[in-house]
Amino acid sequence: MNIKILGSGCANCRKLEALAKEVVSELGVEAQVEEVKDFKAIMSYGIMTTPGLVIDGMVKSAGRIPSKAEITSWITTALSGR
Amino acid sequence: MAIRETNTLQTIEKPWGSGWLAARLAIAGAIWAAVYYYLQPASEWVAYTLLRLDPASHLGSAVGFFLYDVPKILLLLTLIVFVVGIVRSFFTPQRARRALGGKHEGVGNVLAAGLGIVTPFCSCSAVPLFLGFVESGVPLGVTFSFLISAPMVNEVALTLLFGMFGWRVAGLYVGTGLAIAILAGWVIGRLRLERGVADWVYDVRMGEAQLPEERQTWPDRVAYAQQAVRDIVGRVWLYVIAGIAVGAAIHGYVPQDFMAALMGKQAWWSVPAAVIVGIPMYSNAAGIIPVVQALIEKGASLGTVLAFMMSVIALSLPEVIILRRVLKWRLIAVFLGVVGIGIVSVGYLFNAVL
Repeated sequence: MNIKILGSGCANCRKLEALAKEVVSELGVEAQVEEVKDFKAIMSYGIMTTPGLVIDGMVKSAGRIPSKAEITSWITTALSGR
Repeated sequence: MAIRETNTLQTIEKPWGSGWLAARLAIAGAIWAAVYYYLQPASEWVAYTLLRLDPASHLGSAVGFFLYDVPKILLLLTLIVFVVGIVRSFFTPQRARRALGGKHEGVGNVLAAGLGIVTPFCSCSAVPLFLGFVESGVPLGVTFSFLISAPMVNEVALTLLFGMFGWRVAGLYVGTGLAIAILAGWVIGRLRLERGVADWVYDVRMGEAQLPEERQTWPDRVAYAQQAVRDIVGRVWLYVIAGIAVGAAIHGYVPQDFMAALMGKQAWWSVPAAVIVGIPMYSNAAGIIPVVQALIEKGASLGTVLAFMMSVIALSLPEVIILRRVLKWRLIAVFLGVVGIGIVSVGYLFNAVL
């Protein structure tokens, strides 16, 4: 599973990254969590507000830090969809 | 936290969620009003009756000021951040982008400045927002009007101004903030500085928006506003208390008119100096305004102090550093210059009029 955090490295982006990593380790999922800082790449996902969360190429949230429950539900849905 | 689908199902039948929401809000409002109403007598009672301080003494006067202002400002902040949160839940950057795309200057600048105030986005989104606007055909000057009004006319500064100086000053702050955003954006547009934007910006192609724009229900909006209160008041309350403590000390201990020489109306250079000093400082209106109120009591003039505040908030070095990624130095300089001149003018204007 590939999880991308879209953002330019501000405090919120780091919080989101930490939260995502926490959920991944709690679920025991094998996932790569990476930060995308390049603006051209960020814009290609069609969002205008950071931080953004992308799971397996699909944008799940933008401009806010989603709750742990939301992230957990997105990851489990993505897993079951495989 | 409920998953989106369940909320949608509920909203078909009851857009207000349970009727309890309206009742809870009304009760909260009533409690707020009652506490607020009794603040001044309560604080005086604690300071002068319970603690037996002498109101005419330095300590008594400082403590009385502190005990009244801290809860008052925190209460006001909670209310105003909540209300603004509800208003903001109606606006998204995507809607602003659609509203502004292709608008001509003039009208566009006015609309952008207004939208900048009510559209929620964190300052770290300044660059993606800028890119999104430019790519949508929003004129450069109009984009700037949006980006200038957004940080400047912020509800924390407004709340504190209102709480400490009354609605006239708060209203003037909003009015002049908007005016600066509109005019500065318009001037930047007129100067045809499109080449001041980094070259790669025009190559950016924004992908298709994947997130559906969901309709928010009233419980959603209230939850959003509550979160805003937790975030903002949670971040700022310590600065407010510290600022009021300093303000209280100045109020109680510094002699009247002490500041008049330094920051009073006679010192004509104080306005530009205040603006320049404000540039490297990053906004924390919450901490500065209480100090400012006490300074004004001691003779500093309102115009100088407001110019300083606007400069701290609107001309922030961190934001410039962020914008440096998409703007060339020439445009950044013009931006700082135009907004700076606007703020200095407002400072002089206030000094002359108030």
